[in-house]
Amino acid sequence: MRRARPWALLLLLVLALAGAGCSTAADNDDGGDDQAGGGDNVDLTQGSDLTIAVITHGDGGSFWAVAKRGAEDAAKDLGVTLKYSESNNDAQQQAQMIEAAVTDKVDGLAVSAPDPDAISSAVRRAVDANIPVITLNSGLDSFRDLGALTHVGQTEAIAGEAAGKALADAGAKKMVCVIHEQGNIGLNDRCDGANKGFGGDVENMQVKGTSDIQTTLTEIQSKLQSDNSIDAVLALNPDIAIAARDAIKGASSDAKLGTFDLSGDVIKSVANGEIQFAVDQQQYLQGYLPVQMLMLYKRNLSTVGGGQPVLTGPSLVTKENASQVQELAENGLR
Amino acid sequence: MGGAAQAKPAPPSGKPVSVVDDRLSDVSLVTKLLRRPELGALIGALAVGLFFAATAESFRTLGGVANWTDVASTLGIMAVVVALLMIGGEFDLSAGAMTGTSGLLLGVLVTEWGLSMWPAIVVTVAFAACVGLFNGVMVMKTKLPSFIVTLATFFILQGLNLGVTKAITGTVRVAGLVDVPGYESAATLFSSTFWEPYKFRISVVWWIAITLLATWVLARTRFGNWIFAVGGDANAARNVGVPVQRVKISLFVLTSTAAALVGTMIALRLGSIQAGQGIGEEFTYIISAVVGGCLLTGGYGSAIGAALGALIVGMAFIGIQFSGWNTDWRFLFLGVILLMAVLVNNLVRKSAEGARR
Repeated sequence: MRRARPWALLLLLVLALAGAGCSTAADNDDGGDDQAGGGDNVDLTQGSDLTIAVITHGDGGSFWAVAKRGAEDAAKDLGVTLKYSESNNDAQQQAQMIEAAVTDKVDGLAVSAPDPDAISSAVRRAVDANIPVITLNSGLDSFRDLGALTHVGQTEAIAGEAAGKALADAGAKKMVCVIHEQGNIGLNDRCDGANKGFGGDVENMQVKGTSDIQTTLTEIQSKLQSDNSIDAVLALNPDIAIAARDAIKGASSDAKLGTFDLSGDVIKSVANGEIQFAVDQQQYLQGYLPVQMLMLYKRNLSTVGGGQPVLTGPSLVTKENASQVQELAENGLR
Repeated sequence: MGGAAQAKPAPPSGKPVSVVDDRLSDVSLVTKLLRRPELGALIGALAVGLFFAATAESFRTLGGVANWTDVASTLGIMAVVVALLMIGGEFDLSAGAMTGTSGLLLGVLVTEWGLSMWPAIVVTVAFAACVGLFNGVMVMKTKLPSFIVTLATFFILQGLNLGVTKAITGTVRVAGLVDVPGYESAATLFSSTFWEPYKFRISVVWWIAITLLATWVLARTRFGNWIFAVGGDANAARNVGVPVQRVKISLFVLTSTAAALVGTMIALRLGSIQAGQGIGEEFTYIISAVVGGCLLTGGYGSAIGAALGALIVGMAFIGIQFSGWNTDWRFLFLGVILLMAVLVNNLVRKSAEGARR
């Protein structure tokens, strides 16, 4: 007995722990469903029984939250099941997620393609398995090679050019372009476009990124303090834009600030003039439209775009139209 | 302590032991089992595997198995060598960035400098070994915690990855590895798939082979005993004649060489590699090793446990996707698993040590 009792007790404890793990996991499941389905699961089973996978390189920041919301709203509106996943800029993980979706035999696949080479063999697997694919957000130049039906997004270079031009029109001469993700080619394309549109002195600056906003703020502030001839800052993400806004204040600089993409805070700052403009690529549509297009393709073999990409931007949000967009953005729709 | 339990020295040849030392006394099979560091990870892996098999149909299919072993494999290779390093009492925070560095170096060598694939792989592995040597020598000579030294290496590599890549290619990635002479044969060895139509990754074979090799080294070789010794008590090990510095430096070299292997696998598989590849992965390696029973203080752990830890992460990663859960919760899930595994390990080990007396 002296030997057996502790062992039995231990076994019980281990089993209890394992059980606790399972029930915790089940709780997660419920939480996830509530988020995705908005609670009314009845809608999900109405209409078709299609499952659409949306796999992006997103990082869960405020930009991708809106794109995800778009996909979720489309799934709810259309009565399809959505499996949304994000790889947080890891190309290998994204390829693995795409391959898993193929195993899962989803009915349609929407992927962002910031690094098209890296996901091409995974996407090829989907195409070979007769799963229709649409690229979204990044992948404008590569969607045909990947075998996608179409691309839903904006042209980074053209959008960057528009932003550069807008800052030049505001009278700026020397600009810093703030890059917040190390591995995303689209961001470099934006800065290159901005360089073209700006026409003046442009310097690219790598910062820590959305995972550490405080450090990013400090980095931008030090940059402005070390060179007070900088009179324009271009942020490429709404969270970074807010950090840049505070950095400009902190450095007592009067640099003009422009940004890509919207958030509630960004629009407020545009409305009160702290941020000159925001380039809106309407990422809600980048989540919504692929789900709808894939559903239409599966049901009706309908294709959109005629072999051309479907552009969702750029459109500039300025002081004039900021208040209208503000309400939508605060609800997570813009 | 754990080291002695893990890898018992072979009994003196031929001569029967007349006086029974209590360290050599027979213990029940159950107690022996409980003392294994990988038990917690095994229970965790079974629990997670059964759970997802029950919730997601695709998880149980062979294609699904191919998916989650794929995720676990490159992670697992690193987790196993990181476990060896941790048993040896050191950390390597640069291991994740090193996979990116290796892939990028390989990419630059073949696409920009015109080397063919195999010589480039040799250069890459040699470079990685040098980084490991640097880490090891710095830690040994400065006597600073390896946590700090390799954190510095991590930042240096992260900066180099981005800066050098942009300076050479003008973008943040190196692409076009597929068109290089020697790609086919290298890809067959490092990044191909087998067993159609399920398409298991060849990296899974590497992972299993490396796990078995590491387990054999730990349990059956003198070097394995030395690893436990230097991690358990470096001074005591030195006093009984273990070459502490050489063992630890070898472990650092081993870790970064394995990172080069994984970086090569990723670069060949994707045909391109981004400057940010591998950043942040170092903690997943350490997590897998800890889930697998490694102590943060060194001197205790298991290679099989680390491989199981990586398997848990791989199963959770793919399982969450198959289940269609909101992936916002993925890290919560990983955190809960980590906590549970560590708690189970702790509990089991305490009970096992209690049972010994």
